[in-house]
Amino acid sequence: MSREQILHKVRTALGRTAGQAVADPPPVRLRVSEMDLETRVATLLQNVEALAGKIRRVATGEAARAYVGSVLGGKSAVASNAPFLRECGIADLAGVQSGFTGAPELRALCAIADIGITGADYALADTGTLVMLSSPQEARMISLLPPVHIAVVQQERVLTGLDELLTILPHPAEQTSSMVLITGPSRTADIEQILVRGVHGPREIHVVVVG
Amino acid sequence: MSAAFDEKIHNTLADANLQLAIYAATGRLIDHRKHAVAGAALPDYQELRTHANALKKHTIDNLDHYLEQFEANVAAHGGKVVYCKDGTEVADFVLGLAKERHAELIVKSKSMTTEEIDLNERLAHHQLESVETDLGEYILQLAHQRPYHIVAPALHLTRYDVGDLFARTLGVANETVVEKQALIARTVLRQKFLAADIGITGGNFLVADSGAVVLVENEGNARLTTSAPKIHIAVAGIEKLIPRAQDLAVFLKLLGRSATGQALTVYTSFLSGPRRPDEIDGPEEFYVVLLDNGRTKLLANREHRQSLYCIRCGACLNHCPVYRKIGGHSFPWVYSGPIGAIITPQFLGVNHEPGLPFASSLCGACAEVCPVKIDIPKILLDLRAEVKNSEEREGKGRLERLAFKLWAWVMCHPRIYEMAAKAASGMAPAEDGRWLRRVPAVMDLPPLRAWLSQRDLPPAPGKSFREMWRKR
Repeated sequence: MSREQILHKVRTALGRTAGQAVADPPPVRLRVSEMDLETRVATLLQNVEALAGKIRRVATGEAARAYVGSVLGGKSAVASNAPFLRECGIADLAGVQSGFTGAPELRALCAIADIGITGADYALADTGTLVMLSSPQEARMISLLPPVHIAVVQQERVLTGLDELLTILPHPAEQTSSMVLITGPSRTADIEQILVRGVHGPREIHVVVVG
Repeated sequence: MSAAFDEKIHNTLADANLQLAIYAATGRLIDHRKHAVAGAALPDYQELRTHANALKKHTIDNLDHYLEQFEANVAAHGGKVVYCKDGTEVADFVLGLAKERHAELIVKSKSMTTEEIDLNERLAHHQLESVETDLGEYILQLAHQRPYHIVAPALHLTRYDVGDLFARTLGVANETVVEKQALIARTVLRQKFLAADIGITGGNFLVADSGAVVLVENEGNARLTTSAPKIHIAVAGIEKLIPRAQDLAVFLKLLGRSATGQALTVYTSFLSGPRRPDEIDGPEEFYVVLLDNGRTKLLANREHRQSLYCIRCGACLNHCPVYRKIGGHSFPWVYSGPIGAIITPQFLGVNHEPGLPFASSLCGACAEVCPVKIDIPKILLDLRAEVKNSEEREGKGRLERLAFKLWAWVMCHPRIYEMAAKAASGMAPAEDGRWLRRVPAVMDLPPLRAWLSQRDLPPAPGKSFREMWRKR
C-alpha cells in the first residue's frame, strides 16, 4: 500500500538514497559480571523471593519431584514436554498430564488445570527472571493459563543477568518464535495503584533450582 | 490557547479529589523510579542513557535502512510487514484481513499507537468487536474514556468508580475490593482470549536484526493476546526500531525502571514470526503494521528528530509540575505531559492547540529524567516560536505584540516605569493578600482577563524597591 511512499518520505527527510550504506551503529554494550555458581543461585533465590515468588533449591531430581508433589497436593496439573521433567519423574506424578503435541487439546486442558509445570531455558539471577523459549518441549500456554506456575531449572542454567543471556543468545529469533522473560507473578496496579497478583497470568510462581 | 483547553485545565484544578489522585499516583511513580535508578541499584544509569540516546540517534538517522532490514527479517521468519500512512489504512488492513479469515472478535493489549488512530472506534464502526484486555484500558473502554497517563491509563479513577462502572456495564454486583474487581475482569476477559480470532498489540521495540516485536507488560494480557488467537497483528510507529537484539540490554534496563521502578516488567516477550512448524502453540499468522501518521513530517528537522527517540516510559509526565496539576485529560491528544506537548504539535501541526507548547514552566525536569535524553524544553521553545510565527503570518496576536512593545518602552524609561508601577499597585490590590487572580474592574478587558486566567500575579507591595532604596 503505502510502502514506497513512506520509505521515500523517510529518505527525503533524512537526505538519504535507497540502498545507501550505513555507518556502524554504536557498539553493543554488554557487561557480564563475574559471579560463581553459588553466588548466582543465592542471588536468584533472593530476587525471586523479593518479587513474591517462591523458590526452593534441591540437590537431586528426586528431591525436585518430592517438592513439586508437595506443591501439587492432589491438584490437577499440566506438565511440558521438557525431558528433564520426565527424567526426574515429575511428569508421572499423580494428577499430572503431559506429552501434548496439539495446540487445541493442550489449550483446553491448560484453561482448567490448577497448575502448569515447565522447565526453563535459563534463569537470570540479578532480576529473578525465568527465560522460556517456545519449542516442541515447551508450549506457551502452560506457563500462562493455569493460576499457578512451577518452573524446574537446572542450576547450571542460572545466568548472572540479561547481559549474559544476550551474550550467549545474540539472535533469539534463530531459535524460536517466542522468547519470554518472566519476572515474578502476573500483577497489576491499574486501580488506585493497589497491587493485585494474578490478573491474567499466574498469581503464583514456584521456582525449583536443581543441583 | 483554545477555550476547550482552558476549560479542561480549570475543571481539573477545581476537582480536589482528582488533584489528590494525580498527585499521589505520580508521586509514587517518582519514588519508585528514584530508587530503581539510584547509584546502588544501577551504577551505570547515566552511561546507559547516553548509550540509549546514541543508539536511537543512529537508528532514526538511518531509519530507511533499518525499516528495510526489519521487513526482510520479519519475512524470513514467515511474517509480513504492512506500511500504513494513517489510521484509515490500518483499519482497512485489519478489516480486510478479518473479512478474509471470517474473524469476529479481536483482543487487544495496551498500545498508545492504536489509541492515537482510534482503532477500536474505527473497527466498531464496521461491527468488528475489539476488546481491550489490560485492566486499566478495559476499564476505560467500558467508560468510553481516553488514557489519562501513558503507563497508568486509569490513574484518575477510584475503586468506587470502577465498582459502579462494572455493575452498570457488566451486570455484576457492585464490588469495591480491588482484588475482586481484578478477578471479575480476569473472568470476563479469559473467555474473550479463548474465543478471539485476532490479537492486536503495540510494539515497545522493533528489532531490525531479528524481525522481532518486543512487548513489555505486567499482567500477562499481551502474552495471551499474542499466543491464543490464530492471528497476531502488532501496530507500531516507524520510530520504534532498534538495530540489534543485544541492544535490548540497554533499553530494557531503562524502560521498566523509568516507568514503574521495575528492573524488568513481569513479562518481556520477544516475538519473531508465527509459530514455527515444530512448536506446539502460538499464532499461525504474524503481521507488523508500521505506521507513519505524521512521523515522517518531523524527520526533516535534525533537532526535532529526537522527539522520535521516546520509549513511552511516562517518567516526564510524573515529574512535570504542569502535568501533576492539569492531569492527562486536559491535553488535546492521547499523548499527555511534556512528551505530548512536543509530539502533538509536530504530528498534528502547531495550530491544533496553539497553547500547548506554552503550558510548561520549562523547569527541565522532563529532560533530566528522560531515559533517552530528549531535550524536551529546547523543542518546546522552538515550538513556541513556531506558534508565534504562524500567528504573525495569519495577522493574529497584534495586540499582544503591541503590548510587549509598550512594555519594553516603559521598561526603558525609569521614571515612567515608576509611575506606571505606582498606578498599577493602586488599581490592583491583592484580594487575599497573597495572589492576584482577577483583573480589577478598571482593567477588565477581554485580553487582560485571558492573560490572568492562566497566571497568578503576586500582589504589588506597599513600597517599591526603589522607594525603599531611597529611604535606606
